[in-house]
Amino acid sequence: MNQSAVVQTGLYLLVLLTLAWPLGRYLAALMSGGLAQRLGWMGKVDRGLMKLIGANGEEDMPWWRYAAAIVLFNLAGLLAVYLLQRLQLSLPFNPAGMPNVEAASAFNTAVSFVTNTNWQGYVGEATMSYLTQMLALTVQNFLSAATGIAVVVALVRGFARKHAQGLGNAWLDLSRATVWLLLPLASLFAVFLVGQGVIQNFSPYVEAQLVEPVSYQVAKTDEAGKPLVDAQGAAVMETVTVRTQTLAMGPVASQEAIKLLGTNGGGFFNANSAHPYENPTGASNFLQMLSILLIPAALCFMFGRMVGDVRQGVVVLASMTLIFVAMVAVVVWAESHANPLLVQLGMDAGLGNMEGKETRFGIVASSLFAVITTAASCGAVNTMHDSLMPLAGGVTTWLMQLGEVVFGGVGSGLYGMLLFAMLAVFLAGLMIGRTPEYLGKKIESFEMKMVSIAILITPLLVLGGTAVAVLLPQALTSLWNPGAHGFSEALYAFSSAANNNGSAFAGLSANTPYYNLALGLAMWFGRFGVLIPVLAIAGSLARKPRLAVSVGTMPTHGPLFVVLLVGTVLIVGALTYIPALALGPVVDHLQLFAGQGG
Amino acid sequence: MNDRLKTATPAKGVDLQENKPMNQSWRLLDPVLLKPAVVESFRKLSPQAQFRNPVMFVVWVGSVLTTVLGIHALGGEGEAGAGFILGIAAWLWFTVLFANFAEALAEGRGKAQAAALRGSRRNVVAKKLSDASRDGKVTVLDSASLRRGDIVLVEAGDTVPADAEVLEGVASVDESAITGESAPVIRESGGDFSAITGGTRVLSDWLIARVTANPGEAFLDRMIAMVEGAKRKKTPNEIALTILLVALTLVFLLATATLLPFSMYSVSAAGAGSPVSVTVLVALLVCLIPTTIGGLLSAIGVAGMSRMMQANVIATSGRAVEAAGDVDVLLLDKTGTITLGNRQASAFLPAPGVSGGELADVAQLASLADETPEGRSIVVLAKTRFALRGRELHDAQFVHFTAQTRMSGVDIGARQVRKGAAEAVRAHVLAQGGQWPQAVVELVEQVARRGGTPLVVADGNLVMGVVELKDIVKGGIKERFAELRQMGIKTVMITGDNRLTAAAIAAEAGVDDFLAEARPEDKLKLIRDYQAEGRLVAMTGDGTNDAPALAQADVAVAMNSGTQAAKEAGNMVDLDSNPTKLIEIVETGKQMLMTRGALTTFSVANDVAKYFAIIPAAFAVTYPQLAALNVMGLNSPASAILSAVIFNALIIVFLIPLALKGVAYRAMAAGALLRRNLLVYGLGGLLVPFVGIKLIDMVLGGLGLA
Repeated sequence: MNQSAVVQTGLYLLVLLTLAWPLGRYLAALMSGGLAQRLGWMGKVDRGLMKLIGANGEEDMPWWRYAAAIVLFNLAGLLAVYLLQRLQLSLPFNPAGMPNVEAASAFNTAVSFVTNTNWQGYVGEATMSYLTQMLALTVQNFLSAATGIAVVVALVRGFARKHAQGLGNAWLDLSRATVWLLLPLASLFAVFLVGQGVIQNFSPYVEAQLVEPVSYQVAKTDEAGKPLVDAQGAAVMETVTVRTQTLAMGPVASQEAIKLLGTNGGGFFNANSAHPYENPTGASNFLQMLSILLIPAALCFMFGRMVGDVRQGVVVLASMTLIFVAMVAVVVWAESHANPLLVQLGMDAGLGNMEGKETRFGIVASSLFAVITTAASCGAVNTMHDSLMPLAGGVTTWLMQLGEVVFGGVGSGLYGMLLFAMLAVFLAGLMIGRTPEYLGKKIESFEMKMVSIAILITPLLVLGGTAVAVLLPQALTSLWNPGAHGFSEALYAFSSAANNNGSAFAGLSANTPYYNLALGLAMWFGRFGVLIPVLAIAGSLARKPRLAVSVGTMPTHGPLFVVLLVGTVLIVGALTYIPALALGPVVDHLQLFAGQGG
Repeated sequence: MNDRLKTATPAKGVDLQENKPMNQSWRLLDPVLLKPAVVESFRKLSPQAQFRNPVMFVVWVGSVLTTVLGIHALGGEGEAGAGFILGIAAWLWFTVLFANFAEALAEGRGKAQAAALRGSRRNVVAKKLSDASRDGKVTVLDSASLRRGDIVLVEAGDTVPADAEVLEGVASVDESAITGESAPVIRESGGDFSAITGGTRVLSDWLIARVTANPGEAFLDRMIAMVEGAKRKKTPNEIALTILLVALTLVFLLATATLLPFSMYSVSAAGAGSPVSVTVLVALLVCLIPTTIGGLLSAIGVAGMSRMMQANVIATSGRAVEAAGDVDVLLLDKTGTITLGNRQASAFLPAPGVSGGELADVAQLASLADETPEGRSIVVLAKTRFALRGRELHDAQFVHFTAQTRMSGVDIGARQVRKGAAEAVRAHVLAQGGQWPQAVVELVEQVARRGGTPLVVADGNLVMGVVELKDIVKGGIKERFAELRQMGIKTVMITGDNRLTAAAIAAEAGVDDFLAEARPEDKLKLIRDYQAEGRLVAMTGDGTNDAPALAQADVAVAMNSGTQAAKEAGNMVDLDSNPTKLIEIVETGKQMLMTRGALTTFSVANDVAKYFAIIPAAFAVTYPQLAALNVMGLNSPASAILSAVIFNALIIVFLIPLALKGVAYRAMAAGALLRRNLLVYGLGGLLVPFVGIKLIDMVLGGLGLA
């Protein structure tokens, strides 16, 4: 790893962890209700909001009530986002006159934004009205993140409480996470982004004159859209000269801020954070990367505080950081090497693999962003992942396949990691001759059942979805690249959707009925197939007594547990996905460096 | 004794060594057991038997499938060579057989032990009484037809026909058939000695007793049911582990099943090779799913039960044995567990002007006729300290202890030698016109403060000094408690003594805490308090008044010598009635869990190497570049796949001894233990198959088989 990478990654982690610590303390005080007790006006606002939505904020919900509230809330969100897209032409704030979104695409997008995936089968600036962007997408960016926080807080309460029936109040948790955490942070960040040059307006699209006209050749097509060929069988080309460009406008900064803070990742523009209006400068890029992992990291500290032992949170965070750093190293290393096929054609190998990257970010910042966005289930991109070297692409795919637990999504990353912790504790607990326990709670057959369901559901969606996609003729036409790389594209799409990441490998026409439907289902079950078992576990844990800690208890607060947890995550991830990865990125890599593919 | 008990309890003088299990020890791979186990492994091939174990059932289905494919291939149009497919099929069958064999062997051992335990209680003639009196009408019948509540008469020479509670009579009973202890014990109605066990023999007198268990429900029968795999109920941790194993199996099923479409795509994309064959996919699946632990899981559980039986402990459920591993507080009765049963003389403390030897001489004199353990201990102490031997006494008249005088001793002519409680001797001496020196008062107080019992010795009206009697802590017990502390288990001593005495003994024995002046309800409260703190409590007990506490405790070991009520309340019975065995029970419980955990970790860690063997082999034709993953340098694709399958089968056989003996238990803190086992079974599990598969591949290559 070169010096610049070490410095950038080190600086990044330093700033991240320094900011996450106080935010974690704040979150613990906020979500435990301690803050509202101390600040009377805050409690008043909370109560007022509960009254407004007609919820009883005092009710201590048992797990199934909590789960029902969360699911209903999200179903309502799903419906709202769907309808707004379908009716946008008749609604205000549509200066570009965007037509109503087609049903399958609208369904896919609605699921995508509700599940915090933000997979985008559509092209933002060519599909969505400003109203849809703001009221449907941006609002869900807040609410899906709040959902993640509420669920993880409920799980943490399951660990912290003893002999308790309830997990807290879902409505109050959702409202507190939104009002006192996401809104203020996003507002602050949006203002900063505007300062960096991110746009925020309701203007119609601007037609700009190019300083220099651009000419290029395209294949001539007939009326059916088929390329024309001449007598020799070569494509007939024609020259096109472009003198103007349409610049898409819109309320970008406000959506951009929560897109990153909420690990949503759905860009205002199709180019996402590679677009200069979304992510114009090095500084904005650094802060964007920071804001992706900020809340996931802070939640670890919150977890430690709420279970009464900060070290427990530190261990989880350390495990995440360890995997993260290792992945950054591989990606930066892979990206620092140029594509050997291009080097053969005489390209300068010194720069590394600059294909698909923005020159204002360069290799390291692009690689770092790629790892961060796939480590967290964010999915915002500042570089084209399809253009990553095969190994780097493999790493980003694998990071998602690990279940988005390396920091992961807001809330979902931590609860996913805690599932792995329970799995690790189960194996290790047996190895020391005791019924496994984590944080004083016995991990028994019910918990194992739920952990199994949660850990099984995503491989089922990823591998099953990919298997169907490489068999179905109508799905196969979506692959732009042949061979192993094409396989990687399909695998990446399902890994991204089922794990609620939402980044795209591109190189895949995903806005087709098959992909819209298949990925939509993958996103929905990937989210709620994990979330509901997690709440069931929380309910079961809350009812249990909290066992006293002794020398005979397996310590879960030291380096040994970090090793164990990291090992469990990697081994489970490896064993599940090695065959698929071997046929995709690994073959791709071997072929590329053997000089016969790409 | 078997090997494990020897290693688990090194010679430390704790009376665990005194156990003489009547059931002979069974060597691990006793030829007597091997043959029936082999036969049984084939019998267990039936689908019903396999269905009980989901992991092995998958292997079974795979075996059937590959066999069919192999037979089909014999016709010459199979997906691969018939030899290769049938080779895979054969080794898959071996995998199932090996797992069956492990279970059968464990069951065989357990049954052999149980049969030995039960041997004496078969076909016993019972004398059933029409009512609970000697005059009742006697019906002679087979013991098997006795029912709970029947009244039986057992006379000298009879074998007790069933577990029963004495209603009337006193008799000496030979319990050596169960406990291995040859000295007969007294059983009588009422109190704590009213339980008699089926299979023991009445030596003298007679007893009228009420049968307490139906045939087949007695502890022993329950235990036997637990070593027979088919009837064994899974323990909670076993259920949880099975869920995990099923989940892993599903993951791998998914990973391998999707390989078929993936490879079909790859073939069309690469334009080379042919899709991966079903045989290879089945081989990959079987190698990946946790067959090692899946195949040995049942054997581990059965072996755990049978280890308990070897220690002469009968558990009522596997759950109880498992819970023993979780215990973090042990409540131990002082007498019999921590200290030897009786107090013994430990020091001679002479009064001013008297030498130690003089005091010892007089004390010994006063104790010569004293047959109580305390009296004998004084004679012995005088002998060891001052080489004073017992002597012939002429014209001596012994004075025995009575509750009124609270003194004993001897009159030699006019000379009155006495020993006894301080108050009694003081009155005696003063009445004789003697002095009660202040120094003796202080000595008496000192001894009491140390937790001992002071006996004052007087020769005529002269006070000679004080003999200190104290509880003798069992040899080695302190080290045992230190080990427990390392394991994170807290020991609490329960005693009826006052706080002072209790504190002194507690300090000497090295227990963590004690409960003095304990009444049964205090014990119950203590257990509840600990449980409220989130701890799991184990205790032993024998009396009826222990029953509530036994019922409350998480692990409750009743002494076989105890009352029926105590046995009913407990979840284990110790046939040797040795309270120290609680410690061993905890270790056995832990060992059972550890063995499961270790083998699961090993099994999962194995998979990494198997991927490296099979993936490049399976796709050798489509993507020859994947040969880069063939880090072991295996001969050929066929050999690589076969080697992995063979390794997967053989490892089960190699681990059978470990499954039956259990992972060696060491007293150390959880963190250290985890680090050790992770290194051995995690890292070991990662590396061993690389070596194993390579070796098998070399052998196959050498034989020219692949």
